[in-house]
Amino acid sequence: MASQAHALTEADKNRFYLTKEHHPENGTLLGFWIYLMSDCLIFAVLFACYAVLGRNYAAGPSGADLFDLQLVAINTGLLLLSSITYGFAMISAQAKKVKPVLIWLGITGLLGLGFLSLELYEFHHLIQEGAGPQRSAFLSSFFVLVGTHGLHVTFGIIWLVTLMVQVAQRGLGAEMKRRLMCLSMFWHFLDVIWIGVFSFVYLLGVLK
Amino acid sequence: MSAASHDAHHAHEEHEDHGEAHGSLKDYVIGFVLAVILTAIPFWLVMGNVLPNAQMTAVAVMGLAVIQVLVHMIYFLHMNSRSEGGWTLLALMFTLILVIITLSGSLWVMHNLNTHMMPTTAHDMQQMP
Repeated sequence: MASQAHALTEADKNRFYLTKEHHPENGTLLGFWIYLMSDCLIFAVLFACYAVLGRNYAAGPSGADLFDLQLVAINTGLLLLSSITYGFAMISAQAKKVKPVLIWLGITGLLGLGFLSLELYEFHHLIQEGAGPQRSAFLSSFFVLVGTHGLHVTFGIIWLVTLMVQVAQRGLGAEMKRRLMCLSMFWHFLDVIWIGVFSFVYLLGVLK
Repeated sequence: MSAASHDAHHAHEEHEDHGEAHGSLKDYVIGFVLAVILTAIPFWLVMGNVLPNAQMTAVAVMGLAVIQVLVHMIYFLHMNSRSEGGWTLLALMFTLILVIITLSGSLWVMHNLNTHMMPTTAHDMQQMP
């Protein structure tokens, strides 16, 4: 009787926890995930700000006047490509091949830099046109939201370069993989945020 | 726990979820193709003025965005109900509830305030300091 009950709980355990454990149980990845969730809240607040203020043009230019969708489409493509190249880096890391990891990380970094320079070009262009963050509530919230995302990408690139140096020096040990995994989550998370930005800010912004 | 036993434990786990811990090539390619399609459609809808009115386009764009977020979560972030014993999913759900409260609450309160404001014309705004 007792052993039967024991077997049952064992089976339950298997069903709920042990079928396929996803991450190593060191807590870092869960902790990093919780950090990402808190970051998600930052963006939620900024999106809420933009949702409230996004149509307050103060008789200034609107999104339809300012946004260049072709530029945004290219930017979106760059970020999307960088997501899959990071995925390839992770697959190479699984196979413990240092050189492909470095190459894919390098490509990811370059795509990230391309994204960032296009965004800076756009910001520069807007400010040149007199549509800087001080022009209207719409532009303030726009610059804060898109700028915060850009800042995240900037730090992502710094982190990526740091990891490239570390991979080159130390190879692909368990803790190196853990670091790569964290940056992977961070990088894909930024891509998820960008989906919100291009849909909600840019595409809805140019609709009348 | 000694370093050796930790390593053994780790190796064992890697063996268990071989090809899944960081997603397989197939996962990434499927995710990427879906993401490209789900990105291209909203851009096409807006740039090509495909739907008859802006309201429908807006709803379509946001709907596709939600689907694309799910695709990224599943294929790139490898979310599932099992990772970390379900804790990542729980944290995500909690965050989503907070996000929904934040967004809908802000919009509701500010919309309510706006409807109680005195009307301001564009001309008035230009006269402001």
